[in-house]
Amino acid sequence: MRKMAKNQKGIIKRVSAKGEMGRRIREMGLVPNTPVKVKGRAPLKDPVAIWVRDFTLTLRNNEADEILVEIEEPGEETV
Amino acid sequence: LKKIIIALSGNPNCGKTTVFNALTGARQHIANYPGVTVEKKVGKVQHKGHEIEVVDLPGTYSLTAYSLEEIVARDFLVNERPNAVIDIVDASNLDRNLYLAVQFKELGVPLIIALNMMDVAASRDIVIDHELLGTLLDVPVVPTVARTKRGLNDLLDKVLEVSRGPNDWEPSVISYGSDIDEGLDEIVAVLERVGGYDRKYDPRWLALKYLESDRQIMEILYRASQIRSQIEPIRARVAKHIQGTLEEEPEGIVADHRYGLITGITKKTVKHKIESRLNVSDKVDRLLTNRVLGPAIMLFILYGIFEITFRGSEIPVAWLEKLFEWAKGALTLFIPEGYLQSLFVSGIIDGVGGVLGFVPLIMMMFFFIAIMEDVGYMARVAYMLDRVLRWFGLHGNSVMALLISGGISGGCAVPGVMATRTLRDPKERIATLLVVPFMNCGAKLPVFGMLIAAFFSRNRAGMLFFLTLLSWTFALLAAKFLRSTVLRGEKTPFVMELPPYRIPTLRGLLIHTCERTWQYVKKAGTVILAFSVILWAVMTFPGLSEERRGYYEAQRAQIRSDFIASPAQNDLIQNEEELLYFHRIRSNRAPSLEGSAPHMASPSKAMVKLSEAVDALENGERAEGIKEPFRNAAEAYIVFREAEADVNRREKAEALRETLAGRLGVFLEKVTGSIGFDYRTNIALIGGFAAKEIVLSTLGTAFSLGDIPGDDGGSLPKRLRNDPGWNPLVAFTFIVFVMLYVPCFVTVISISKESSWRWALFSILFNLVVAYTISFVIYRIGSLLGFGSS
Repeated sequence: MRKMAKNQKGIIKRVSAKGEMGRRIREMGLVPNTPVKVKGRAPLKDPVAIWVRDFTLTLRNNEADEILVEIEEPGEETV
Repeated sequence: LKKIIIALSGNPNCGKTTVFNALTGARQHIANYPGVTVEKKVGKVQHKGHEIEVVDLPGTYSLTAYSLEEIVARDFLVNERPNAVIDIVDASNLDRNLYLAVQFKELGVPLIIALNMMDVAASRDIVIDHELLGTLLDVPVVPTVARTKRGLNDLLDKVLEVSRGPNDWEPSVISYGSDIDEGLDEIVAVLERVGGYDRKYDPRWLALKYLESDRQIMEILYRASQIRSQIEPIRARVAKHIQGTLEEEPEGIVADHRYGLITGITKKTVKHKIESRLNVSDKVDRLLTNRVLGPAIMLFILYGIFEITFRGSEIPVAWLEKLFEWAKGALTLFIPEGYLQSLFVSGIIDGVGGVLGFVPLIMMMFFFIAIMEDVGYMARVAYMLDRVLRWFGLHGNSVMALLISGGISGGCAVPGVMATRTLRDPKERIATLLVVPFMNCGAKLPVFGMLIAAFFSRNRAGMLFFLTLLSWTFALLAAKFLRSTVLRGEKTPFVMELPPYRIPTLRGLLIHTCERTWQYVKKAGTVILAFSVILWAVMTFPGLSEERRGYYEAQRAQIRSDFIASPAQNDLIQNEEELLYFHRIRSNRAPSLEGSAPHMASPSKAMVKLSEAVDALENGERAEGIKEPFRNAAEAYIVFREAEADVNRREKAEALRETLAGRLGVFLEKVTGSIGFDYRTNIALIGGFAAKEIVLSTLGTAFSLGDIPGDDGGSLPKRLRNDPGWNPLVAFTFIVFVMLYVPCFVTVISISKESSWRWALFSILFNLVVAYTISFVIYRIGSLLGFGSS
């Protein structure tokens, strides 16, 4: 997910995070087969804001690394 | 009529507080859950002749044992068994909100879903078939709009209906895939065969939590050793199998299945009329979290709040100060001079008044914080600042605690310490806890304000802003230091919701503001009152010995008789009685009130003229314009008064040195001398442990030791400016020391409750060492550069 560009859409394939991080990511609805879209990044390019299940969620880049996404649509701009 | 208890639960930002306020109105009170510091709000509502007690559970996304809030919520449900649980579900964000609902179903509580924010959902063209949703979930679903109170009556009807039942829990059986399901069955079989587990819990639920590696449930189950030996292999086998086939942990599989179930349900019940249209929040976010404009706007907003809080509260603060001055004046008339008067004036009124004087400031601050929180901007601040704060070992949400403690100046470390509850990682939490007292809380501000007025009056607002930046710098560096030494450890996930922007309700803001302000006032009224009395005693007793008092009294008598005998005053005042009478004319007190000189009911013409002459001289008029003999007599009188004041000053100074605080202050001079503080400054700092606002009043007392009516010592800033021991360097060192040194004892107590006594003690020592070291560096470098001489 870290490599995704702004406004790019995709579907979560796998969440490899374990323990508390895994739980936090999953309880917010980031589970396999969920569509996500990158909304933007914080001023220092980290954290990233994503649109998932009708709300906005923020994640750090290292947390985004734990989420494997299959890209559906290319983004409007590259980051 | 049976008493009905219901619990209110839901995700953060789902409108739970609005529902709670709408249901209970002002009839609510806040306590803590036993043993922990999580707030427990309880309110009452009457409905159709029933009294319903509403318990507001902490907002959570889940029911695991990872956070204190979730454990508290779970324990409350299991131990108290409320008649009904209302899960407030945000209709515009159904999937994630139902995740908690599904967990309530697993637990088996008598659940009612309040499908809240139907208006927001409608505005986003989300259509929900709530009846079908209720059928699929097998839970009563009531659509509501808490802001306009729509649906709340139906909700209460449903509560009564559900409460009429026998309050049996019916845990739902959800499938988590064959691997987990089989494991669950095996563990349930063990539990039922062996027994010995806590019967409050449903066995399948215990088994599920056990497979999810829930720490609290593991502890409960492991109490029976024969259970442990039989279920541990089952869990290990299930975990190994899942790892081998799916490369996952059981926990993950369970969560995935819950969401699978939810997605299935919402696909049938929710229709988006228009696909993913940009909503208003997104448009606002494009500006407010813009890479360039976002931080600029954030600085502007924070500085704006700082200014408005400050300027806006100036007038009411001045008002309150006047009120307390008046109360002091009134008390001096009614209570005769002595320890009792001193107790009321210097102990009680100064203590409480000094604290209550900040209520307007605190109200303003809480009001703005409430707006920031309710609007949803606070989360954006955390989002934008996370990258920076992470470097210091803090969490994006630490910003909230730092802000409340005085990051935007004028906060309070006590609610700030409480705000650290939002942090999950204990190390990040304690690091935040420990640095939060470095921020410029509202009680330090008047100390800074007074010193800025005295020494840096050219650019007051600029200096205050500089001090705010300075406190951030110290706090962040201290956090970095702590996180790389005593609190080394991993960073926690920053998985945070950016809630949609919302316009807060005025009612919600006011309730929030008043609640927090009231907490502050309660603290001021009780603990600080007690402490100011103790401190008054510490600063009053044991005082001067009889012998030394006699010595000063003899000196005063000598000065008086010298004046009466002085040829310069031409026998205008012939004896002590007349002198006393003259003093009273001068201090504008009605002579009849005193009653000690009945034969002189009205002042003689000569005395009035003498008094006028003294006034004229004191006002700096030319001596030539005043007629003799009054000119000479007035000059002699002024010399006499100064001599008398000097004796009083010396007596009070000696008396203060003789008190407990004074002795400690004198003792500490050996250490504080190297940073430019004398014993009077030390006494003020000792007082500051009770509350930082006491630093100022004690400084006032310590430096007004010669303060008697008619003595022109001037205001405290003026005194300090004229004091040989003070200069801008000392003042700046003092400001930095006050910024950093020991938190007030209320904060220390809060810290100990949020962590442990060990950390609270550590906080005292750590802050002292930091304050002293930094002050030492500033003072020494400043002296070398020659700043100490002006």
